[in-house]
Amino acid sequence: MTLRELAVRYGFLVLLVVLVAYFAVAAEGFASPQSAVFIFQSVAITGVLALGVTATLVVGGFDLSIGSVATTAMMAAAYVMVVLDGNALLAVAICLAIGVVVGLINGFLIVFMRVPDLLATLGMMFLLVGLQRIPTEGRSIATGMTMPDGSVADGTFSPAFLALGRHRFDFFLPNLVPVSVVVLLILAAAIWFFLEYTRFGRTMYAVGSNERAAALAGAPVKAYKIWAYVISGIFASIGGILLAARLGRGDIASGNNLLLDSVAAALIGFAVLGVARPNAFGTAVGALFVGVLLQGLTMMNAPYYTQDFVKGAVLVVALVFTFALSGASRR
Amino acid sequence: MRAPAVFRLVGLEKSFGPNKVLDGVSLELAAGEVTVLMGANGAGKSTLVRVISGVYRPEAGSMELDGAPFVPHTPAEAIRAGLVTVHQNINDGVVAALDVATNLTLDRLNGAGAPLLFNPRRVRREARAVADRMGLAVDLGARIPDLSLADRQMVAIARAMAHEPKVLVLDEPTSSLSGAEAERLFALIGRLKAHGVAVLYISHRMSDIRRLADRIVALRDGGIAGAFEKKPLDYEGAVNAMLGRKVSAGTLDLREAGVSVFTAKGLQIEPGARPFSLSLGDGEVVAVAGLVGVGKTALAETLFGIRRPLAGSMRLAGSAYQPASPKEAIAAGVFLVAKDRGENGIVPAFNVYENISLPFLQRLARFGVSQRRAERAVARRQIADLGIVCRSEKDDMATLSGGNQQKVMVARWMAEQARLFILDEPFQGVDIAARRDIAAKLRASAAGRATLIFVTELDEALETADRILVMSEGTIVGAHRNQGLRMERLLAEIAGQPVRGVA
Repeated sequence: MTLRELAVRYGFLVLLVVLVAYFAVAAEGFASPQSAVFIFQSVAITGVLALGVTATLVVGGFDLSIGSVATTAMMAAAYVMVVLDGNALLAVAICLAIGVVVGLINGFLIVFMRVPDLLATLGMMFLLVGLQRIPTEGRSIATGMTMPDGSVADGTFSPAFLALGRHRFDFFLPNLVPVSVVVLLILAAAIWFFLEYTRFGRTMYAVGSNERAAALAGAPVKAYKIWAYVISGIFASIGGILLAARLGRGDIASGNNLLLDSVAAALIGFAVLGVARPNAFGTAVGALFVGVLLQGLTMMNAPYYTQDFVKGAVLVVALVFTFALSGASRR
Repeated sequence: MRAPAVFRLVGLEKSFGPNKVLDGVSLELAAGEVTVLMGANGAGKSTLVRVISGVYRPEAGSMELDGAPFVPHTPAEAIRAGLVTVHQNINDGVVAALDVATNLTLDRLNGAGAPLLFNPRRVRREARAVADRMGLAVDLGARIPDLSLADRQMVAIARAMAHEPKVLVLDEPTSSLSGAEAERLFALIGRLKAHGVAVLYISHRMSDIRRLADRIVALRDGGIAGAFEKKPLDYEGAVNAMLGRKVSAGTLDLREAGVSVFTAKGLQIEPGARPFSLSLGDGEVVAVAGLVGVGKTALAETLFGIRRPLAGSMRLAGSAYQPASPKEAIAAGVFLVAKDRGENGIVPAFNVYENISLPFLQRLARFGVSQRRAERAVARRQIADLGIVCRSEKDDMATLSGGNQQKVMVARWMAEQARLFILDEPFQGVDIAARRDIAAKLRASAAGRATLIFVTELDEALETADRILVMSEGTIVGAHRNQGLRMERLLAEIAGQPVRGVA
């Protein structure tokens, strides 16, 4: 293996280690379990969405609706509990159902109506952003709010649901690891195993790389594409559940950055290990990379408004890695 | 008597990494002469074309055009200096979004002296002049997607000729043309010769070469392995020089078909086509020969469940066979090596063993979890079996030569036992050595299944098959045992001429 290949392959991981080492020395308190957990927690929801969109990238598609699926799920959870007095289980079930239905509709539009993936999911994104505001006439949902018909919504978020956002498991230290981080790790492991080690995942990669060849090898291409969008929808709705549980209300203004952050993580993932293709491990590392960088810079007193600039810079560097360097080394 | 050389290459060298692809190529082209360049896949033909057309820079050696040094840094410079290349992929030569007239004058949109404004009337006038000079009979207002492949090719060549080049390089120009279309191309090349253009014609089609060549140059392992210019040309010698070994042709050990494996009755595959019947026996290799566009691929797709027959019934191994999808066809033991491997076969993101295991992942997986070790074992066995040249089963497909890529495609479907094994144009873009390997392997392993091969080149059918079926206008018009063939009749059937005695 040449030096260049090594650099392309492990460059991003080395950069991550170097960053962590630098911040550990330069920023006081960075190298603590609490700080590590905070990093994971800060990227948990973005990471879950990014893992979902990775599935659509693998089949050669794209899902722009993930951010709005997450916020729609969040609003739906709040609506179910606060307005309809439903319990936690019902709220979670409704959220997941939203994810599945949106995924099916996206898949249907793309596979059967032949709408290009970016456009179909862009349309879905708009549709959902609008839809989630209709039941409450554009207001956020919280206990005690006045409904359009003048009545007062007096339901509350159930403690079981809030625990999804606030409970912390003991891990060496008491009350260390929040539920959202555990969910992120489980989903990351699951989708990674699914994509890399099952025949279904392999077939999805085949569909993304050469759809005709996959079809002629007997793969039900349309079904795989629809499944990819369903996976993406489900992951996005899980992200929405975590968001609702963390906030404890249906906040109309939250989740603006979800789409861009998670797509960035998935695209940064292309560069990890120099594989130049979507992959779950890379997506997770990509999300973590952004989290480490932001946490470190924040602890070194970088102002909050530089965050998007930093993310953008990381993404551009990662894309150059993917398309210029690893592409050239493969010929 | 040879005219003096207009284009001279001396000692060209080019490497990619450790691979020396061109190792001192020297060549001379004379005005008004067609030089055919033959070479197996991987011999360096494509690289040579890219070097002389200005895409790649040679590492050593020199080029001289019309007495002046020729050092093109870009394809545009090569064209301006008087050397024009028409590449193998026809659609690279034309811009699909524009009409014929704009395509013909496309190169005048740029470069020094190009007018600032786009004047459709002037473009039409200039295009008319170009078309007339070339004897091009195409509607100048037509859109490129509405043209046949041959017409697009003509437009690409006419456009190239608008520069009035001294040297024209044609890279496998007939690979996607039918016989009649190729004939038009040959007539055009004849006119160019008369105008004193030096033509470098790259092909492995013997029929083209016999028709056109004034001299033949064989390329092997990045060097010139032989040049043949004494009339009559020594075609066999050229093939031998290209392959570096003696080719033995036409010594097939024909087999009798065993019990019938596949039958079709009253099958109609295209609207208006006459229904036909078909019976394929165990252990026999049957070739379906026919021109491009006569329904060979339609028949292959019907057998493989991609399209439904319009009428008729099929039986496989004694039971009714009505596949609704490739998946069902594969489950029934009908496998298809589709034509055009780049488009329909290779998964570029996958390495060799992942490409081989693709259709049979389900059988190779345990509870849905893929067993890479088992996949690699299968791939290693297939690599050894078919003599695929690669470093290991983990190689990227892009690192393999065309012939080896095709072997991988065949290996993919030979990993499991088929009942009916269909190969659509399996020898397209494959060098003769790999083609013989594949054909020998197909024959050696033919027992236990019926093998059906769709080919355009009659030579390929003669080399491989026990029986030859001829297809024309969506139906089968003739069947021949590959022994003591009456060639005139076979050719007449292929050409679609009414033949007495065939119902």
